[in-house]
Amino acid sequence: MLIRLAPDIRASEITPKRLYLNRRKFLAGLPLAGAAFMARDAAADTRLTGLTKSSFSTSEKLTPLQDITHYNNYYEFGTGKEQPADLAKTLRTSPWTVTVEGAVNKPKVFDIGEIMKMAPLEERIYRHRCVEAWSIVVPWIGFPLNALIKQAEPTAKAKFVAFQTLYDTKQMPAGRNAGIPLPYVEGLRMDEAMHPLAILCVGLYGEVLPNQNGAPLRLVVPWKYGFKSIKSIVKIRFVEKQPPTTWNISNAREYGFYSNVNPEVDHPRWSQASERRLGEFFKRKTLPFNGYADQVTQLYTGMDLRKYY
Amino acid sequence: MPLKRVISSRWTKVPVFALCLAPLFLLAWRGFSGGLGANPIEFITHATGDWTLRFLLITLTVTPLRKLLGWLELVRFRRMFGLFAFFYGCLHMLTYVWLDKFFAWGEMLKDVAKRPFITAGFTAFMLLVPLAITSTAGWIRRLGGKRWQMLHRLIYVSAVAGVVHYYWLVKSDIRMPVFYGALVAVLLTYRAASALIRNRALPVGQRQPVRPLP
Repeated sequence: MLIRLAPDIRASEITPKRLYLNRRKFLAGLPLAGAAFMARDAAADTRLTGLTKSSFSTSEKLTPLQDITHYNNYYEFGTGKEQPADLAKTLRTSPWTVTVEGAVNKPKVFDIGEIMKMAPLEERIYRHRCVEAWSIVVPWIGFPLNALIKQAEPTAKAKFVAFQTLYDTKQMPAGRNAGIPLPYVEGLRMDEAMHPLAILCVGLYGEVLPNQNGAPLRLVVPWKYGFKSIKSIVKIRFVEKQPPTTWNISNAREYGFYSNVNPEVDHPRWSQASERRLGEFFKRKTLPFNGYADQVTQLYTGMDLRKYY
Repeated sequence: MPLKRVISSRWTKVPVFALCLAPLFLLAWRGFSGGLGANPIEFITHATGDWTLRFLLITLTVTPLRKLLGWLELVRFRRMFGLFAFFYGCLHMLTYVWLDKFFAWGEMLKDVAKRPFITAGFTAFMLLVPLAITSTAGWIRRLGGKRWQMLHRLIYVSAVAGVVHYYWLVKSDIRMPVFYGALVAVLLTYRAASALIRNRALPVGQRQPVRPLP
């Protein structure tokens, strides 16, 4: 049987969102029912400009936008890979606030607009390795998480950072069948969170985040399995003890708190030694810390990574 | 009854055969038109696995339908359905061996030994091999009806192992494997119940001893 691999669309061939939104503007001008809705939609500018490049970016071939936006794990919007692209349309990303609280001198409820302006936006092209043994290369847009942390001024008690995703069953009815406890929660150790590779992400491919990719604000921690990079964040809490994390609550034997990409430590049900890069036929070897070992190994000196998987 | 006539017509086997091939053609068509999504190998693995399980269930539904609805002629299709379960099982296996593992035999052996969900799936498939081989009239004759029937009850084990394979591989959303599991449970319970009733209907002397429940 002939297997046709996913079509390789170059980023330059993709119609920019602002252009196809123009079509909506045109339609909105017509005296049609629902025109008002479309006009509101078209008014939102989704481009992100003034981005700076980053030396942390990889020069590997980007995964096409179509694949990045139609192969998602976002269980609040269904457990199928293509479901979030459709079901996440119900996610309301505006208004959106993010509560920063806990062991900090400056707790605050931020509007998403304030967060977007918190630090210069950078393009970070990262490898993204899912615990399910597939991977993609994504041109994320965001800024170091440590910028927000510094602004919040954590106290001596802040040893970990806990994150929480929105959970609203009205917007996320499929969440009831997710099979994991929700709201989704994740966490990082303070030194991990301060690491310059860890970013708060607001966009990809030059635009604001598509809903299914975790709009309007997500974490990206490229040396850890994808599920650590929590989506649609509404709360960031600084805590003294290691916070609970969703997949670890769901199945502690299979998913640890650290969940660093590690080809030596298999998932109990499958090997982590290799991965399938979407768009490629042959599997490739998985690299320790997803290829970011040089930058992050020192965070874990003296730790038994088999025990702290 | 017209439906019965359709079932027993010698012309029905051809369209039913074609219909059984439809999932494969649909998959091939998706392959040629780029409709297999971002991870085509995963898509093919899931599609062939789903259809293996579905054909096992269809095969297991033949006997209850014959008895409950009196569509005795349905038995003409049972072998075809069973062999299609084996056929899609072969494609599923081939996808794993060729597309997924690319003939890395050592890795696969480790998988079968180490990973319970692969062990279960491998068992489910291997149990179908003797059934496919002995599916001919010649083999029924050679084995004798009773023994042949005993052997072919392995399909019960295969179906259960297939559902377990599915249940153990999903990450958290167990609705589909549980759904298939419930169907298998209904189909097997029907058999157990009807065997029990048949046994009760026999004169006392001819009844099979019924083992007490543990």
